[in-house]
Amino acid sequence: MKRLPPAAGTFLSLAILVIAVAALGYLLPGMSRTVIEGFIYATLVVGLGLFVGNTGIVSFGHASFAMIGAYAASWFTCCEGMRQVFLPGLPDMIAAITLPVPVAAVIAMGVAATVALLAGAVLLRLNGVAASIGLLSFLFMVKTIYENWNGWTSGQSSLVGLPLVVGIAEAAAGLLVALCIALLYQGSASGLLVRAAREDEVASRSVGVRVWRERLICFVLSAAITALGGVMFAHYLGSISVVQFWLDLTFLTLAMLVVGGRNTMTGAVVGALVITALRDGLRALENGVQTPFGVAGIPEGVQEIALALLLLVVLVARPRGLTGGRELNLFR
Amino acid sequence: MNLVQLLVDSLALGSQYSLVALGIGLIFGVMRMINFAQGDLITFGAYMLVVPTVSDVAPPMIAALPTPVLIAATIAVVALAAVLTERLAFRSVRRKGADGPTLLITSFAIGYFIQSVILFLHTGRPKSVSVLPELSQQITFAGVRVALVDLVTISASLGLLLSVGLFLNRTRGGVALRAAAEDFLMARLIGVKADRVIAVAFLVSGALAGAVTLMFVAKTGVLDFRMGVPLAIAGFVATVIGGMGSLTGAVLGGFALGLASTLLQSLLPPDLRPARDAFLYGLVIFVLLVRPQGLFVFGLGRERV
Repeated sequence: MKRLPPAAGTFLSLAILVIAVAALGYLLPGMSRTVIEGFIYATLVVGLGLFVGNTGIVSFGHASFAMIGAYAASWFTCCEGMRQVFLPGLPDMIAAITLPVPVAAVIAMGVAATVALLAGAVLLRLNGVAASIGLLSFLFMVKTIYENWNGWTSGQSSLVGLPLVVGIAEAAAGLLVALCIALLYQGSASGLLVRAAREDEVASRSVGVRVWRERLICFVLSAAITALGGVMFAHYLGSISVVQFWLDLTFLTLAMLVVGGRNTMTGAVVGALVITALRDGLRALENGVQTPFGVAGIPEGVQEIALALLLLVVLVARPRGLTGGRELNLFR
Repeated sequence: MNLVQLLVDSLALGSQYSLVALGIGLIFGVMRMINFAQGDLITFGAYMLVVPTVSDVAPPMIAALPTPVLIAATIAVVALAAVLTERLAFRSVRRKGADGPTLLITSFAIGYFIQSVILFLHTGRPKSVSVLPELSQQITFAGVRVALVDLVTISASLGLLLSVGLFLNRTRGGVALRAAAEDFLMARLIGVKADRVIAVAFLVSGALAGAVTLMFVAKTGVLDFRMGVPLAIAGFVATVIGGMGSLTGAVLGGFALGLASTLLQSLLPPDLRPARDAFLYGLVIFVLLVRPQGLFVFGLGRERV
């Protein structure tokens, strides 16, 4: 039998994992919210990890792309009939049409990719920590602009009335699309070149790798995937506001990526699912769990402390992440 | 706005930023780690000023002590906490050969831990505390009225920066610290003890965080469990625009950021002021592009191979 290429093997293995988790969500209705949130976070982390893992640059700016995507989609899906009341700045042309969420998601990914192309063209001239700070500055700028761009974003108040279309199947589909794009890129020539530059920038330059160009391609794709995650988030919650896509999301997604294992897509998915499950599990404990011996639980506020401690334990025990830097592949 | 007032404002803000930046820069030097927990150490110090309680009015704890003891106790408590973070968490992660991003996430996790413990003990509602109330008056200086707390902040910071400078240049421990920051492996080969020099860096950086706690709380009088986060970000940005790896650069970067921030606040037309951060961080990106090696670093921008 001809063996599968590694990218295809990884995709199929991760698809099996995703389907298994989705099945769990269907079998245990109490878990369904956790499963959906896990898939949405995994999509965001796959987008982040595609850039961070392949270029070695820690990005503090990706939450912006989730926000850009979420708002761009909402311009086409939000609150039919009332849209120009909430978003008086929208041109009539946009306000007049309502699109199905998947179509709006494609537009949103395009918008985020365009912004990433323009911002990345400038920011990716920087290297290492300077690039991280450049991306952090980008996050601050986009957040401030969206907070004051009242006509298109309703400013600091939240935008409500988005159609709630994201369930387990939709979230799983979104995650699989993200994984497909990411793994195709990782196996492509550009993916190899950008990883060569991560390992040794000077050496790869000396053999003709156009580092800026390859990084920019990687950045644009990762922004598009992150935007898809943002769109899923928006149409799962039904409302969005600027602060949802701020430092909390930035730190949470980075923590998921590092805990899972930074350089692989398996790590991104595992990290997102594990941390979401831990967080929701601790939250359930806080509300009390029925056991044969009565209601067991932990005092309110312990959840955050326990999560922080668990994070530290994982980082101390496995600094390379839970997956240890290897892609899952059942078809080797 | 008066020029002297503007100068005092920007120097006061800049000196807080530069102390945070110096704290982050010291640890970056020896560990190549960006310590985001520096901001949460400042928060920790601030909450040690009051007795932990879930009620809105918190009785003073360290804040009840006489002024000299209060200052010493705050600085000591925060410095101790900084050393503990190293001993209990960073050391084991570092020994396993973790790289920069993993250490960075470790520092997030520690910061998150400090925030959650504060949230648990004190609740998330902001509280007010009065520290060094004698500083809250206005005085007339060179014909304009300025807040005394700003002048004290500026002079105390200059004193601290000077003492850290003396420590780094004139003492054995300080020279070891600089040597380790220059080339960690080489320093170890000639007898600098790795664990000790890193602990010293955390001690000094924690003491600086304690000083910032006092300056910040004396000025605002408000406690919030996330008050340190913006300071850590400002310090982080300042170390990078000043020049990563250069302590003088970090300090000057802090002052530059304070100056830019105050100038934008007073010079931008009022309808653009809410968007001040967009301009400030646009400026940061511009500086990074023009001088990626840092504003105050002269010499090779790229590492030699």
